[in-house]
Amino acid sequence: MADLLRAAWAIAAKDVLLEFRSRTAFVSALVFTALVLAIFNFARDPTAVSAIDLAPGILWITFTFAAMLGLNRAFALERENRALDGLLLSPVSRTAIYLGKVLANLVFVGSVEAIALPLFALFFNVPVLPVLGPLVLVIALATIGFVAVGTLMSSMAVNTRLAELMLPVLLLPFLVPPVTSAVQITARLFAGRPFSEVGAWLRLLVGYDIVFVAACILFFESTIEE
Amino acid sequence: MRARGAEASLTAAASPAADRSALEVRSLERSFGHVRALRGVSFALGAGDSLAVFGPNGAGKTTLLRVLAGLLRPQRGEVLLDGAPLARADAAHRRRVGLIAHYSLLYDGLSAAENLAFYARLYGVADRAGAVRRALEGVGLADRADDLAGTFSRGMVQRLAIARALLHAPSIVLLDEPFSGLDQRAAATLREVLMRLRAERRTMVLVTHNIDEGLELATHVAIQVAGRFAECAPVDGDLAAYRRRYAEATAARG
Repeated sequence: MADLLRAAWAIAAKDVLLEFRSRTAFVSALVFTALVLAIFNFARDPTAVSAIDLAPGILWITFTFAAMLGLNRAFALERENRALDGLLLSPVSRTAIYLGKVLANLVFVGSVEAIALPLFALFFNVPVLPVLGPLVLVIALATIGFVAVGTLMSSMAVNTRLAELMLPVLLLPFLVPPVTSAVQITARLFAGRPFSEVGAWLRLLVGYDIVFVAACILFFESTIEE
Repeated sequence: MRARGAEASLTAAASPAADRSALEVRSLERSFGHVRALRGVSFALGAGDSLAVFGPNGAGKTTLLRVLAGLLRPQRGEVLLDGAPLARADAAHRRRVGLIAHYSLLYDGLSAAENLAFYARLYGVADRAGAVRRALEGVGLADRADDLAGTFSRGMVQRLAIARALLHAPSIVLLDEPFSGLDQRAAATLREVLMRLRAERRTMVLVTHNIDEGLELATHVAIQVAGRFAECAPVDGDLAAYRRRYAEATAARG
C-alpha cells in the first residue's frame, strides 16, 4: 500500500511540475472560465431572470468545461515520446498510475475552481461567503467524482483520433448525476435554505464518488493495456 | 549449431555463456487484424547472451520486443524469465527488464536529472541522487543534468534514454534500433555501453536492420521476415554469409 501511494505521489508530482512549467492547460482553463462567466453575465437579461436563479447552473457548467481542458492533458502528455510505455514498463501497479493521474487532475481542477469561485461571486454578486464551508464541501465531492471518471475517459480517448473532441462525448453522460446534484445543492445554499434540505442530493454525490472511484480503478488497467 | 525454419531455436547449450535460460520464448503469435506480426517465434538465451534480430521494416521486430517487455500480450505462446512465465502484473519481472525503445519514453518538460530521478522513484532505486549522477556520467551527460530533455539533440536524447533504461540495472536489456539517427559520438557511447553490458553478462535482444552493428554486439543472430524467424543461430564469424542470407530471406519475402 505504501509503495502504491509513493508511486502515485511521484506520478502526480511529475504531472503537476510539467503543468507548472508549461502552464498551457491552466492558463487556457482560467481564460476560458473568465470568458464564460463574463459572457453569461452580459448575455442574461437581469429583468427577466435573477442572477441567483441562473448562478448555480452557470457555476457548474463553467467548472465542468474548464476541468475538461485539464483532463484532456492528463494523458496527452504521456503520448509525447510514448512516455506512457515508460510508466507501463515500470514496476508500479496500474492503480498507482491511475491514482497519480487523479491526484494531479484534482490539483489542476481544484486550482482552477479556487480562482473561478471569487470571479463567479464578483460577476454574479451571489452570497458565496456565508455558505463557503458547505459550498467547498459540495465542490470537493463533485470534483472528486468527475475527475475520477474524467481521468478514466481521458485514458480511453487519448489514443483515438480527435481525442479532445472524444473526451466530452464520452464523459458528459457520466457527469449528469454529480453535476445535477451539485447544481441542486448549490441553488439551495444560495437561496439560504437549511443544509438538512440537501441530504438526499449529498448522499447521491457521496454514493457516486464511492461507486465510480472503485469502478474506474477496476477498469483502468483494461483501458491502457494493449 | 544452426537451426533454421519457423520454429528455429537457440538453446542454452548453443553458447558457453548460457548456463540456463535467462530468457525463453515459446511459439509466440501476435496479429494486428489480418497482419500476422509474430508467427511461431521461439528462442532461448542464457545469461550473457545477446541476440541480434535483423529484418526489414514490417517484419515484426518491434512487436517481438514489445511482447518481451510485457507491453503487448501475445495471442499464443509464452515468454519465460529464468523459467517463470512473464506475468504482466508482476512488478518483480518488470524490474528485471530494461527497454531502449525507438521512442525515448522521456518527458521533454523535465530536465535530464529530473527524468532519471522520476524513473528511479518508480523503480525504487536506492541512493537515487547517486544513481542518477552515475547514470548521467555513464552516458556523458553529467554537464547537461539540469537542461530540459526537450532541448537535447537526437543523439543526446538517445543517450539519456539509454541511461533511463539501465538506471535500475536490469538483467535483460531490449533494444529497438538503438543506433538509428545517432551521430558518431552518440553511437560510440552506445557501443561502449553495450559492450559493458555484455561484459556484465546481461542478456540482450537487439532488433535492427543494420547487420554490421548488430553482429559486432551479438553472440546470436536471427533473421526475422514477415513475423517468422527465417534463421536463428549463434554467430560464427562469417559476416559475408549473414549478409547474403539476409538478402536472400528478404528477397524471398518480396
